Amino acid sequence: MIPGDQVTQLYREHILDHYRHPRNQGTLDDADISSEMDNPVCGDLVRLDVRLKDGRVSEARFSGHGCVISMASASMLTEEILGKTVEELEALQDEDVFDMMGITLRPVRAKCGLLPLRVLQEGLIKLDKK
Amino acid sequence: MNAQSKLDPIALRADFPILSRQVHGKPLAYLDNAASSQRPRTVIAALDEFYRAHYANIHRGVHTLSEEATAAYEEARDKLAAFIHAPDRRGVIFTRNATEAINLVAYAWGRVNVGPGDRIVVTEMEHHSNLVPWQLLAREVGAELAIVSVTDEGRLDLESLDRLLQGPVKLVAFVHVSNVLGTLNPAQEIVARAHTVGARALVDAAQSVPHLPVDVEALGCDFMAFSGHKMCGPTGSGVLYGRPELLEEMPPFLTGGGMIRRVGRLDATWNDLPWKFEAGTPAIAEAVGLGAAVDYLSAVGMEAVQAHERELTTYALERLGKLRGVHVVGPPAEERSGVVAFTVDSIHPHDLAQVLDLKGVAVRAGHHCAQPLHERLGLRATARASFYLYNTCEELDRLVAGIRKAQDWIGS
Repeated sequence: MIPGDQVTQLYREHILDHYRHPRNQGTLDDADISSEMDNPVCGDLVRLDVRLKDGRVSEARFSGHGCVISMASASMLTEEILGKTVEELEALQDEDVFDMMGITLRPVRAKCGLLPLRVLQEGLIKLDKK
Repeated sequence: MNAQSKLDPIALRADFPILSRQVHGKPLAYLDNAASSQRPRTVIAALDEFYRAHYANIHRGVHTLSEEATAAYEEARDKLAAFIHAPDRRGVIFTRNATEAINLVAYAWGRVNVGPGDRIVVTEMEHHSNLVPWQLLAREVGAELAIVSVTDEGRLDLESLDRLLQGPVKLVAFVHVSNVLGTLNPAQEIVARAHTVGARALVDAAQSVPHLPVDVEALGCDFMAFSGHKMCGPTGSGVLYGRPELLEEMPPFLTGGGMIRRVGRLDATWNDLPWKFEAGTPAIAEAVGLGAAVDYLSAVGMEAVQAHERELTTYALERLGKLRGVHVVGPPAEERSGVVAFTVDSIHPHDLAQVLDLKGVAVRAGHHCAQPLHERLGLRATARASFYLYNTCEELDRLVAGIRKAQDWIGS
C-alpha cells in the first residue's frame, strides 16, 4: 500500500508547473530524431523532435496531449536531454525518468510517465537505421 | 427481505466486507461497478464452503464428493436459468465471462452461418468484446460489418438500424446497456426488427443482467451473454444463454474432455446440451459462487436494485450538471442504468481518477473498452462512475467534492 502523501507527491508543484507551463512545446522541421507514440489505454499521445549539432542535442520539442504525468515528463525530458550525446540518450533508463521527476510511480501511472522516454527510444532506433 | 420493497443500501453494505476498508485513510467509495462489482459474504462463504466440504471434479466420478460437486454445479445452472427466465436449462452455458460467451457464438455459430457477402450488424456503442469477434469473423468469411450509429444524445439511431437491416443480414449483435453512456437500449424492439428480416439477435447483457430484471423469453433474443463478476459473483464465471434449437445445430467451440459423448481414434461425437459447450474442467466453484450471487440478488429484488440505481443516477446527473466545467455524456436518467461517464475541462481523466482515489473514491478513467464510441463522441477518454446496490448519495457527494478538489489542484 502506498500512503496518501506519496500520491499527493504526484501533483507536486514542480510537476504541475511543467504541466501548466510546458517547456519546449512544439515541433521541429528537419529534426534528426523524430517519433510519436500513444498510450491507447488513456489516449495520451507524445511526439518528440530532437535536433543534433556536433553529435549532441541542440534543440528538443514535444507535442501531444495527455495527463499531468505524461505531459510533465515530456516537458522535463526536453530540458533533461539538452547537450547529451546519442550514446547518452541511448543509456537513459526508466529510473532516470523517475529521478528526473522526483517521484515514484505505481505501474499504471508509470506507463504515463515513461511514455516520453519510450518515444525517444523509438526515435533512436529509427536514427540507427538511417 | 421483501423483493418489492425499496432497498436499504446502508444495511446491504454490511454484507460486503470489502466496503468497510479504507483507502488512503478514507472510507472506500466504490464507484467502479461497471468494471467489476464487489462480493457479499454469502458468495465468499459459498466458495469457502464448497472447497472445504464438497469439492471434486464433476460429471466424472461416482464417489460422493463428485456427486455433491456435480449437484451443486448443476443447481447453480438452474438458479441462473431462473434468474434470466430461461425456458430451458439446456440453453444456459457456463463460460469464463461475457467475452468468452460472445466468442463462442462468433466461432461456433458464426463460422457456419455467416458467409461471403453476408452482413453482421453491431452498434457504435459496443464494448470491444462485442465488436472485435465480429470484426474477425467478417474478415475471415468475407462478410460485411455494418455499424448502427449513435445520436448526439447517446441513443441508438434506430433509423440507421432499419437502413442496415435492408440487406443480407445474418446477425444483429448489440449491447443492452452501454458501459459508457449507461443507455438502456430498446432490446425487445431491436430483436423484433432483426427477426423480421430473418436475422439472429445477440444481446450483450454484461451491464444489464446485474442491474435490472432481464427476461430472455420476453426479449426474444437468440443469444445473450453476461459475466458473473459484475453481479456479485466470482471472476471466471459467466453465462451464454442460447436458444437450444440453435445450440443443437452448432458445432462445438472448445473441444476436449467433458464435451464429448464418444471418442474414437479418428472421430468423436458430442455431448448433450449444455455440456457440449463446456469443454475441460469448468470453473466449478465459481459457478457455485455465481449461484449464491443470484440468490443474494434475488433476495434483494432486481426491481429494487434498478430503482435504487435510478435514484443514484438522477442524483449524480443533477449534482454533476451543476458543476462548472463538467460534461456528462449520455441520455437523461430515466433512459439509463447506473453508469455516468463525464469529462472535466482541462483535467485528464487519469489525473481526476488519481485525485479521487486519494479521497477514497474509486472510479474508472480511460476509454472503457469502447474506443469507437469515444471517437464518435469526439473524446479521447472519460472518467466513469458506476453504481450498484450498495452505493449511497453520500458517496456521490464525495465524488463531487473530489472533482472540486481536482479542479482546485490541477485545473489551471
